Amino acid sequence: MAENKSTSAVTFGFGRRDFLRGAAATATLPIIAGLPKMAMADEAVELLVWAWTPDTAAQAEMFMRKFPNIKVKIENQGGGKPHYDKLRNAIQAGSGLPDVAQMEFNSIPSFRALQSLADMGPYGANEVKDKFIDWTWAAGSDGDAVYSIPWDSGPMASIYRDDIYSANGLVPAKTWDEFADSAMKLAKDKPGTYLTNFVGASDAGWLGSQLWQIGARPFHVNGAEIHIEINSQKAKDLLNYWQKLIDAKAVDTTPGWTTEWFAGMDEGRYATWIAAAWSPIVMQQSMKKSFGLWRAAPMPVWEAGKKVTSNWGGSTFSAFTTSQHLAEATQFAVFMGSDLEAAKLWNTKQFLFPVLKELATDTELMGHPFEFYGNQPVNQVFAESLGQVDPTFEFAPFQDYADQILTDALAKAIGGEGTMAGALDGVQDAVVAYAKDQGFTVI
Amino acid sequence: MTERQLKTRPRNRVIVNKKIAPYLFLAPFALLFVAFLIVPLIYAADISLYKKAMVGGVKFVGADNYIKAFADPKFWEGIGVLFKFAFLQIPIMIGTALLFALILDSGVLWAKAFFRISFFIPYAVPAVIATLIWSYLYGPAYGPIGQTARLLGFEAPDFVSQEWILGSIVNIAQWQFMGYNMIIYFAALQAIPGDLEEASVVDGASAFTFATRIKLPMIVPTIIVTVVFSIIGSLQLFTEPFLIQNMARSVINSNFTPNIYAYNLTFVAQQPNYAAAISFLLGGVIAVVSYVFMLATNQRIDR
Repeated sequence: MAENKSTSAVTFGFGRRDFLRGAAATATLPIIAGLPKMAMADEAVELLVWAWTPDTAAQAEMFMRKFPNIKVKIENQGGGKPHYDKLRNAIQAGSGLPDVAQMEFNSIPSFRALQSLADMGPYGANEVKDKFIDWTWAAGSDGDAVYSIPWDSGPMASIYRDDIYSANGLVPAKTWDEFADSAMKLAKDKPGTYLTNFVGASDAGWLGSQLWQIGARPFHVNGAEIHIEINSQKAKDLLNYWQKLIDAKAVDTTPGWTTEWFAGMDEGRYATWIAAAWSPIVMQQSMKKSFGLWRAAPMPVWEAGKKVTSNWGGSTFSAFTTSQHLAEATQFAVFMGSDLEAAKLWNTKQFLFPVLKELATDTELMGHPFEFYGNQPVNQVFAESLGQVDPTFEFAPFQDYADQILTDALAKAIGGEGTMAGALDGVQDAVVAYAKDQGFTVI
Repeated sequence: MTERQLKTRPRNRVIVNKKIAPYLFLAPFALLFVAFLIVPLIYAADISLYKKAMVGGVKFVGADNYIKAFADPKFWEGIGVLFKFAFLQIPIMIGTALLFALILDSGVLWAKAFFRISFFIPYAVPAVIATLIWSYLYGPAYGPIGQTARLLGFEAPDFVSQEWILGSIVNIAQWQFMGYNMIIYFAALQAIPGDLEEASVVDGASAFTFATRIKLPMIVPTIIVTVVFSIIGSLQLFTEPFLIQNMARSVINSNFTPNIYAYNLTFVAQQPNYAAAISFLLGGVIAVVSYVFMLATNQRIDR
């Protein structure tokens, strides 16, 4: 257990070299044959890759075993915002970009808008297209142009503390109505313990997954035309639902991704996090006490019997137009996304949920027990969720800006000024003005 | 020709060297100054005259960005926050720094070197680290202050709430910079000739009278310089609120201070041109405020 809590490649429970040897051995010939035939570099080429997911370097070493002419150097620029800030900074400066970078699904449109993502189509990326779950491939491509190759997805589920649930007679909520009842009950029965902590006012990515599920579609982009509807009735319904629970002090509102919030989950202050398949990567880094006490159940739904879930995060690999080695960069991105053995290992070791059709039905993988979840085979839960994701949700080419304005406004409402639903109209106006200023035709 | 050259050469060399020597010594500074201040300033001034849109590309817009910045409520909100911050922070910091400098200088203190160093150490801690330390201490549920308060049966104060946030940032700045200012005052106080003290003792002045009537007036120019530095520092506030933003999202928004606003305009909103205009406007505000302060204090001293 102790080894698995660590995220370092060296402490997988067996040595890193053994691990790599094993990985190389399991990488059988058919898989190599399954890779697209692309020009192999004659001379050694060095690829610089920016990625933050732990152990990416070990997966890159698997790649290097297969392609000894390509030397991959992984640099971690920090997860999320620091990573994108540095990428944008390099794009702005016109130099210093890596060849390849990890890119979350919601960031693809904004980097495409900066015209910095290279089209990997001409380098053979389309040959692996059919292996991927359709919406994940569609998110990073435009016809035959391929701007990113999916790596992992973030189907949502309810990640909850088994100990707190059983001690308080709770069962995982099937619908959001049940969830609200449980929240009220727990707040009354056990003051100081909350069913969950609402992070929607500090983490727009998470809020996006909730908007996605309830059916709000804030953006629809068609070239230089964009439809913006941030203040839709569905979005307001979602925020009113949470506002009611917040006002009743049935859920807490500590900003997400802070020490306080992590500690809150580890110490048992928060019993549930509605989150994505990859969430345990960050949870196990900072939650030592509650390791093994977590379980996963399907995400609550809005209409009983109508199973609609959503996706949060998940990454792809994109190459940049400035790269001198686009063929090798494509080769790397294709390997990272589509190599079955690598994907399996990364699911079982790092919770990265696959984007490959074949793996979603792989019985061995679906039955794999996770120690973080007290040996529950949670892949079944996430695979089911992935199948229920409505693929029509779109992100804006200026998603980060919209997210920031939205977070500013919602956080202010959480701080006591007005309501969250009421704040949406101001956000709509600000984002529409921004889109027009950026030259888009708002329809 | 050759003969003349040979004759004049030694003399020439001395003259040339004398003229060039100071510039040679200044060259490393001048080079860095030009490379890292003048050139970026020119670059920023240049880009502030353009506008780059996601659709439509770059075009020259003249003073448009400045006109927009001047009328931007988000910029002036930030300036407002900083004025409140400066009015709260500067008097407290300067006051305590003076007090401690006078105490250190008076010689009544035991282990003087120890106190001098310990007050100064926080200044050596990078602002990023300092803010991380303090944001841990401020944590309402799991920070040591909150936990101690609950242990004693009090409600833990929410240091990052609307009411407390400025005070919390002032506290970090106070912790960081009080010792720095104290050292400057202490050095100025040490430069006051000892015979003045003898004279005041002969005249029957108490240590307190000597401190307030003789020492303080003598270091007023030093105080004015440090206040100007503090005004400039306050108006450029960035690191502390930027790092504390995570845990104080309700009160620290993306335009909390003009520098944070410029940062977000550049890296999140993709408007580096407009951010450059905002930065120049901030520079203008700082220049005006510093000038007004110096003008006001000069007049007072003249009187």
